[in-house]
Amino acid sequence: MSAREAIFSDLRQNRPAGEFPLPEVPLFPPLVGDDLVAEFGERLVRMGGRVAEPGADDVFAGVRERLAAATVVASAVPELEGTLDLRAVSRPQDVNDVDVAVVRAVFGIAETGSVLFTQDQLIVNAVAYLAQHLVVLLDPADILPNVQAAYRRPEFGQAAYAVLHTGPSATADIEGVLIHGAQGVRSLTVVLQPRATP
Amino acid sequence: MSAEDLHPREREGVVNPVVRAATDESERGQDGRRLDHAEGTSKPIKAPPVREPQPRGAKIRGDRPIDQAEAAERFLAAPLHAAAHDERLWDLRKKRDAAAFGIPEWEELRELASQIKTHTLSHLDLYLEQFEAAAKANGVHVHWARDGAEHNRIVLGILRDHGARTIVKSKSMLTEECGFRHFMAGEGIEIIETDLGERIQQLDDEEPSHIVAPAVHKTRLDVAEVFARTLGTDPDNDDAHYLAESQRETTRPHILNADAGMTGCNFAIAETGTVVTCTNEGNADLSGNVPKLQIHSIGIEKLIPRIEHLGVFIRLLSRSALGSPITQYTSHFRKPRAGTEMHMVLVDNGRSARLGMEEFWTSLKCIRCGACMNTCPVYRRSGGLSYGATYAGPIGLIIDPTFNKRKYSTLPFSSTMNGSCTNVCPVKINIHEQIFAWRKVLAEEHQIPLLKQGMMKAAGAVLARPAAYRAAIGAADSALKVLPRFAVYNPLNTWGKKREMPDAPRQSFHAWYKENRMKDGAK
Amino acid sequence: MRIGLFVPCYVDAFEPEVGIATLELLERFGLDVHYPYDQTCCGQPMTNTGCHQEAAATEALFVKNFSGFDYVVAPSGSCVHQVREHLTAIPQTDAVRKVRESTFELVEFLHDVLKVEALPWARFPHKVAYHANCNALRGIDHARPSELNLPYFSKPLNLLKKVAGVELVNLARPDECCGFGGTFSVFEPAVSAKMGYDKVADQKRAGAEYVVSADSSCLMHQKGCAERLGLPLKYIHIAQVLNGAAA
Repeated sequence: MSAREAIFSDLRQNRPAGEFPLPEVPLFPPLVGDDLVAEFGERLVRMGGRVAEPGADDVFAGVRERLAAATVVASAVPELEGTLDLRAVSRPQDVNDVDVAVVRAVFGIAETGSVLFTQDQLIVNAVAYLAQHLVVLLDPADILPNVQAAYRRPEFGQAAYAVLHTGPSATADIEGVLIHGAQGVRSLTVVLQPRATP
Repeated sequence: MSAEDLHPREREGVVNPVVRAATDESERGQDGRRLDHAEGTSKPIKAPPVREPQPRGAKIRGDRPIDQAEAAERFLAAPLHAAAHDERLWDLRKKRDAAAFGIPEWEELRELASQIKTHTLSHLDLYLEQFEAAAKANGVHVHWARDGAEHNRIVLGILRDHGARTIVKSKSMLTEECGFRHFMAGEGIEIIETDLGERIQQLDDEEPSHIVAPAVHKTRLDVAEVFARTLGTDPDNDDAHYLAESQRETTRPHILNADAGMTGCNFAIAETGTVVTCTNEGNADLSGNVPKLQIHSIGIEKLIPRIEHLGVFIRLLSRSALGSPITQYTSHFRKPRAGTEMHMVLVDNGRSARLGMEEFWTSLKCIRCGACMNTCPVYRRSGGLSYGATYAGPIGLIIDPTFNKRKYSTLPFSSTMNGSCTNVCPVKINIHEQIFAWRKVLAEEHQIPLLKQGMMKAAGAVLARPAAYRAAIGAADSALKVLPRFAVYNPLNTWGKKREMPDAPRQSFHAWYKENRMKDGAK
Repeated sequence: MRIGLFVPCYVDAFEPEVGIATLELLERFGLDVHYPYDQTCCGQPMTNTGCHQEAAATEALFVKNFSGFDYVVAPSGSCVHQVREHLTAIPQTDAVRKVRESTFELVEFLHDVLKVEALPWARFPHKVAYHANCNALRGIDHARPSELNLPYFSKPLNLLKKVAGVELVNLARPDECCGFGGTFSVFEPAVSAKMGYDKVADQKRAGAEYVVSADSSCLMHQKGCAERLGLPLKYIHIAQVLNGAAA
C-alpha cells in the first residue's frame, strides 16, 4: 500500500463521528471608518511602513532622496525609469545588488496597511526581498476596507504567487528589540499615486 | 471595562521590575510613536548585562519520561533569564488582548475558525483530494509521507534528483517534528535556517524553544556569544541591531547560492492548491523565490477549504500570536515560476491516528500561533526547552503524548489546569480539558510514577471512610502530617521548601461542629 | 429549601473558620442548613492526578451524603467544579445527576440563587485585592476572564461591593494563576512557588492590605509564599468578609 493509500485509509477509518457543517462566514462591518486612505496610512505606519504623498511635478518627491542615494534602482513601473531592466533579468540572484525597487501594488487593505503584489507586478519576485528598500505605488482608489474584502479578489485564485506586504521586513527575535530589514527590505514606502490613465 | 483598560502601554506595574530598561532602544514609526509590530515589545524589556549562563533544556535520555519539573527548576535558577522570559511573553499576551478587544466580532471569529477546522478535519480525505488535484493542475509535484522519516527520505530524493547540496529554509515546526536538520546533516546536505530565531538556535545546536520566537529564552548576551563563536562577530557587542545585521549579511550569500528553498505551511487551501506562509522577515519568500527548486512541507491538518476562509484565519493568527493585525508577509504560493520546480510534501506523522482519538482529535485544529504558550504561567517560568519535545507549553502537553506516550507521560502534569490557554486559543481547542483527560488516560495505563499512584490509592481509601478520615484530621498536631497526605507525605517535603507551612488550627470543622452544633451526636 | 453544607477536606483540616463563616452566613438568610456529618471530600485530589478509579469510592460517598437536598453549597470553586464537571468515576444514576446539578459554590449561590441585595452586617474597611481562583473563574463562570472579549461581569465583586468600606485595588496581572494547582504545588514546587511569589509581589505592589478569595486552597499557598518573603499581606476567605468578619 502506498503512503497515499495508507493515509487516506486511516483518515476514512478515523473520521470523527458527528455532524460538522461548514459555517457560512458573514461579512463583518469593517473596523475602519470611511476615510480609507487615512486609515491605511495610519496602520501602515504602525507596522513600520512609511507613506509619501506624490509631489505636484514629481511623483517620487517623497522618496527622491532615497532614489538619489541609490546606485541600482529596479523599476517595474512606467512612472520611473530605473537603472536595471527587470524584464531582462534571467536569474533572481541578479537583483541582489538592487538598492531601491519600485513596484505598483494591485490593491491595498485599510484594516492592516497591507499591499498586494503578484508575479505580474514584481516581474522578478525576489526583487521585493533582495532589494534594500521598496517603494510602492498605490492608487488610493485601490484601497479595500479589510482583509475579508481582499480575500474575495480573483488574484488569489489566478496568480502563481501572490503576497501581502505590510511594512518592511521585521523581527524581534532578540530580546524583543524591533529590527527592520531582518532578511528583506529595510524600508517600505507607499506613494499614493493613481494609476496612469491609458 | 473598555479596550482602553487593556492597552499594553498603560503605566502599570510589572511583575519583574528587574528587567525594565532605563533607556528605550526601540524603533520609532514615521509618526514618532514607539513601534511594537511583528514581535516587538510594547515596552523595553531588557535583561541586565550581567553574564548569567543560559539555562539549558530538559535532560533527554532515550525514551525515559521527561523530567520537566527538574528542567524548570534549573531555568528558575537563572533569575535574569527567567524574569526576562516571563515578562517578554506576558507582554505578547497583553498585546494579544489589546488586539482581541479591538475587534467586536473576535469571539465570533474564534467560533467560525473552530467550526471551519472541525468541518475540514472531519472531511479531510475529501479536502486533501481536492488540494492534490488543484496542485497537480498547477504543475506542482505532490508527494505523500506517512511519517517524519518518510518525509525526510522524499525530500532527500528530490534533492538528489537535482544534484542539490544546500537548502535555505524558513521556519517549519513540521520539519522539527521530522528531525529534518539532523537527518540531512547525516546525508551531507547543508541546511541554512533563515528565520533569525531558528538560525540562532541552529548555530547553538539547540532546539527552538517557542514556535513563534524560537530564541525567546536567550538574552542578547547569549546571542552575542553564539554568533561570536560561529559567525566570527565581536563577542563584546551585544547590540541587537548589530547581531541581526550580522545574521542578515552572513545569511544572504547562502540564500543566493542555495540549490533549493524550503518552507513550511500555515494554511493549505483545498480549492486552489495554495500554500500560505505567514512570516515577519520575508524569509519564506526568499526561500521560495530565489532557488530554482522549491519544496513546501505540509502537515495534512493544515488544510482549509477556500481562499475566503483566510479572511477568518489571517485575521486571527497574528493577533493571537503577537498582537499585530497581520504578519509583515502573507505569501500565497500556487504555481512554480517559469523554469523552476515546485514540490509539496504532505505529511501524516500521526495526524490520521490522532483524528481517531475521541477526546483529543480537536487538537488538530491548531494553527501554531503560540498564544497558549504566551499566556501559560508555567511555560513562561519554565522555558520551552524544559519540555524536551518539539511542541512545548499547553499545546505540547496534549499532542506530545501522541508522538511518544512514555517519554511525554509527565508533560500533562506540568500544568495547573487554569484554563487561560483555552481562552486565548484562536480555534477554541479545549486545551486544559484535554490535559485533564490525558491525566486520566496516563493514570489508567500506569504511565504515572508508582509512588504517585500509590499515594492516590491511599488517599482515596482514607477519604472514602468517614471515621478513618475524621480520625486522620481530627488531632490538631497530626492534621499536617496526615492530611493532605499527598502534600506532605513526600520525603523531600516540597511544600515546606519554598513556603511556610499552614498553621495547625485548634480543631477541624468536624470537631467544631460536633462540639457546638450537634445535639446528642445528631444533626 | 434544604441546604446541604459541604466543607472541603482542606478547609475542614486547615481553615475551619471558613466553614464556620459559610454556615453562619447562610443561616443569616434564614436558610435551613444541614451538615452531613459523614462527609469527607469531593474526590478532587485523586481526579486532579488522573486517578479516577481511586476517586470512585469517595465520589460515591459524596453522593450518599448529599442526596436529598435542594442545594449543596460549598465555599470552594474548585471542589464545586469537580462535582459538576468531573464526578464521573461512578455510574451516572438519576440520584448522582441530581446531586451534581444541585451543587453550588457559595458566591454563585448567593448571587444567582438567593440574589442577595444587601449585607448590612458586613463591614471591611480595608484595601482589598481580589484573587480569582482559576476553577471558579473559568470553570464555573464567576466573572469574565481577562482573555475573553465579552461583556464584563463579576459575581464576587458584586457581592464585595455590598460590604461597607471595601476598597478594591487592581493587580498588574488580574487573573494569572497563583500556582497552587492542587498536586502541582507538590510535584512541581519550583514553578508553583515562583508563581506564588510573583502573585503576592503583584498584590503588594498594588497596595493591598488584604487578599480576598473564594477558594482557601489558593490563599493557603499565597499566604505561605507571602510569609516566606516577609510580606505583610493578610489572606481571608470571602465567606468571612461577607459574614461580617472584623479584621
